[in-house]
Amino acid sequence: MGTKDKEGFLKQFLVYALLICIGFIYVYPLLHMISTSFMNLDDLLDSSIKWLPSSLNFSNYKQAASSMNFWTSLLQSIIIAGVPTICNLVSCSIVGYGLARFNFRGKSICMGIIILTFVLPSQVTMIPTYVLYSNMGLLNTLWAFILPSIVAQGINAPIFILIFWQFFRQIPKVLNEAAKIDGAGYFESFYKIAIPSGKPAFITVGLFSFVWYWNEAYLTNLYVHGVYGDSSWTTLVIQLQNFASNYSNYQQTAGASGGGVATLNESINMAGTMLSIIPLLLLYFVLQKQFVESIDRTGITGE
Amino acid sequence: MEETKKMTRADKKALKERMKHLKSGKLEKRDARVGYIFMIPWFIGVAAFLAYPLINSFWYALNQIQITPMGRDFTFYGIKNFTDILLQDPDFIVELVDYLTSTILSVPIIVVFALIIAMMLNMKIKGKGFFRVVFFLPVIIVSGPILGQLNAEGAGSISAIDMTALTNTISSVLPSMLAEPISDLFNNMIMTLWYSGVQILIFLSGLQKIDKSMYEAAKIDGGSGWECFWKITLPNLKSMILLNVVYTVVFTSNNDQNPIIGLIESSMFSGAPGRGYGYASAMAWLYTVVVILLVGLFALLLMTRKDAYEKQVKRAKKAIKKDARNRKKIERRNRRSAKRIERQRAQGKITSRTTSREDY
Repeated sequence: MGTKDKEGFLKQFLVYALLICIGFIYVYPLLHMISTSFMNLDDLLDSSIKWLPSSLNFSNYKQAASSMNFWTSLLQSIIIAGVPTICNLVSCSIVGYGLARFNFRGKSICMGIIILTFVLPSQVTMIPTYVLYSNMGLLNTLWAFILPSIVAQGINAPIFILIFWQFFRQIPKVLNEAAKIDGAGYFESFYKIAIPSGKPAFITVGLFSFVWYWNEAYLTNLYVHGVYGDSSWTTLVIQLQNFASNYSNYQQTAGASGGGVATLNESINMAGTMLSIIPLLLLYFVLQKQFVESIDRTGITGE
Repeated sequence: MEETKKMTRADKKALKERMKHLKSGKLEKRDARVGYIFMIPWFIGVAAFLAYPLINSFWYALNQIQITPMGRDFTFYGIKNFTDILLQDPDFIVELVDYLTSTILSVPIIVVFALIIAMMLNMKIKGKGFFRVVFFLPVIIVSGPILGQLNAEGAGSISAIDMTALTNTISSVLPSMLAEPISDLFNNMIMTLWYSGVQILIFLSGLQKIDKSMYEAAKIDGGSGWECFWKITLPNLKSMILLNVVYTVVFTSNNDQNPIIGLIESSMFSGAPGRGYGYASAMAWLYTVVVILLVGLFALLLMTRKDAYEKQVKRAKKAIKKDARNRKKIERRNRRSAKRIERQRAQGKITSRTTSREDY
């Protein structure tokens, strides 16, 4: 129980069994998704086939991809998630450094407001922000995401500020003093000492910001995609949200040009879902070490 | 000893007070100014994207807003929007009660589950990295539409375990008000568990920071694993538990799978009379107040709880005092009875030495 001693065989066995069972439950929806996405119509109807499809059927993916406009949506998703992430990195690191290094009047009030903005549901500020954007003509453009993230108010920005704050606090003050003696100014010591030593925090914030912007359907739909779908911006997640209507459109146009297109079924649904998470899964498996160790290294847990 | 300690503490307080009135040095002043410069982006952000929308949203909530071709048309309503939502809206109260019961039920489950998994991962096992990757996976792919697709597919529950028997038992034992959310919870077990990826990692890093020598000391004193958990692991994880609970509440409340958020959006763009931006703002405000109250409730519940160690110390101190009192009582009684015996012996009533002092 929490100790690191060698446990008895039975206990070890029990722990492994539990972990494997729960781990299976965790990936169960994913496995289900993968296996269903490869099934053809006969497999779906055949009740004897539960897990392994009779043959690998890639046509589901082809149809889902073309109905979702996969490559365009992928590119736009990367832009919509990537650009605000870069802005977040810049603004949140500056603010976090300011909180960690300097003592000024009202600092605790600032911390209080940051924590409050974390708890505050975004819905309460959503409507006036929507009106503000539409007055400024920013609605349905990428600026609606860039602008708040430049001033450290993007999606989940309070968490990022706190991560940077925690991390920059751990850098010994002596380093700064040494730099000062050597003639470095405040800003020089920020980008010559804090930024290079804050690499883990930058990686963590970058990854999480990217993933969260990628997965954000609600605000993207409202500000960038447009509620009535009147903008050219779209993301994979939003395409998935409107999958049924997109697919029926696709079916009509492709059916008119003579290609035989299957009606929407579970397999195609799951293939669409897979397509929208495959980029993230790839990112995760390449960078899993950074993801999993990020919370340890940044000391988000607070001392 | 006690007095000198108090003196120094008072001195320190006075010193601090005096320091406050001292003018800060040039360097400190410059430091503070640079600090403000670093905070400038955030100040602008708070003004533009927090204070301004908050005030506006409050103003909207007090108005009826109609969108006309000429622009937005405001009619002052007072608190009518709020009373309408609370008294006349058919959905809001129902959804709110659902949200509250499901959150109050699922938060402890998520946190306890995360703690158990984290403790298992903290043991000496092989493939720790692999398991960490598996348990963190949902954090990456969780998003509204994907959960929606999976739920529609029925992949949110474990088909291998027959849930109907379980739900039937639950609904026969508990009143229907409680039974429904609980059986919902079981039906969406995977989704509930999927929300605990970050929490597991937070607990894990908390567990790794506990000093190993504490466990060793406890073991030498004969503490069992069970006792170690309650008296070492749990008190050390107190702040992590609070953090995780707050994180879980905020996450489930701001998640776009939440029906209330859908309700707010649909009334924002609804053309029905009495609906619109003002109505949606009022709803968002009510929801915000409920969420903040909920977070505060959980925080209060966890913060006032004294930890096991403090309780133990208090109990031990009490026992020591009681012991001392008892000993004194016995001593007094002994002395009294000894005197009585002496007296009686002097009077010559007792001759044997059976109840003499040596027996005590």
